Amino acid sequence: MEGDIANMGQFIGAGLAAIGSGTAAIGVGHVAGNFLAGALRNPSAAGGQTATLFIGIAFAEALGIFAFLVALLLMFAV
Amino acid sequence: MKMADEASKGGSGLEFHPMDQFIVKPLFGGDAVNFYTPTNVTLWMALTVLAVAALLVFGTRGRAIVPSRAQSVAELTYGFVYKMIEDVVGKDGLKYFPYIMTLFMFILFANFLGLIPMSFTTTSHIAVTAVLAGAVFITVTAIGFIKNGAGFLKLFWVDAAPLPLRPVLAIIEVISYFVRPVSHSIRLAGNLMAGHAVIKVFAGFAAVAAIAPLSVLAVVAIYGLEVLVSAIQAYVFTILTCVYLKDALHPHH
Repeated sequence: MEGDIANMGQFIGAGLAAIGSGTAAIGVGHVAGNFLAGALRNPSAAGGQTATLFIGIAFAEALGIFAFLVALLLMFAV
Repeated sequence: MKMADEASKGGSGLEFHPMDQFIVKPLFGGDAVNFYTPTNVTLWMALTVLAVAALLVFGTRGRAIVPSRAQSVAELTYGFVYKMIEDVVGKDGLKYFPYIMTLFMFILFANFLGLIPMSFTTTSHIAVTAVLAGAVFITVTAIGFIKNGAGFLKLFWVDAAPLPLRPVLAIIEVISYFVRPVSHSIRLAGNLMAGHAVIKVFAGFAAVAAIAPLSVLAVVAIYGLEVLVSAIQAYVFTILTCVYLKDALHPHH
């Protein structure tokens, strides 16, 4: 019975950590959407900024990956 | 009854476990994995290096003025990485072009070879990406101290901020500097592992006849997404290396 409760806690914790992936999706969408909004106003400047776009996406995404890692650790390592 | 059987297996009810594809197995039988054991990781890393060498050495061997297909792909990747370093780091970063090109080609080919069915994705293991990111971290820190001496520490002392804020910012900058190799490695491994696990989860759904067509369509769609992710993650890893290198060469904000 005690093991069941511990298992349940693992699964609930992993599910809660997965919410973090969703919030990272919001962040990535924000970066890409704002880039597109800026690029449509000044298309000639957009080409030079794709590197900045990808760096921004990478930083926003890293935090979602951390949440995913926490979920994985709870499921398989704890 | 069937439910009880599945429960007794302790499985999730899928035909196979989605994480089984990441198990490191010795190539020639046996179970023990030592540092010298040839495993499937060794095999696919060797294939990656061979593929890169085949493209870059044999592809450009003709040195034709009108390039063949292989030669133009090799020249495109060369020019792509060259321009990336020039744009992000500047002219003085081109000295480190061989290292960054090696990183880019290795990660790109490891990601693409991992997409072949039944193959093994070496970059989905944190052990592999941690070595790559750790090497970048140590190299970049060493370059920073060799080029700038103690002036490299100015990277953590933000001159643009008001004086009372600077110690606080310095602490934050130091923490963010040491988190770099962690996020650098986990980003690549996490993306690759998550993508491949999702493909396997949908492949497991194909065993249920009612949703089989849907799951096959989903596998095709996610496979297409994974091709994109493979290229983008190789690009992101390389461009972050360039950004870190720029910080080491020009630590003034």
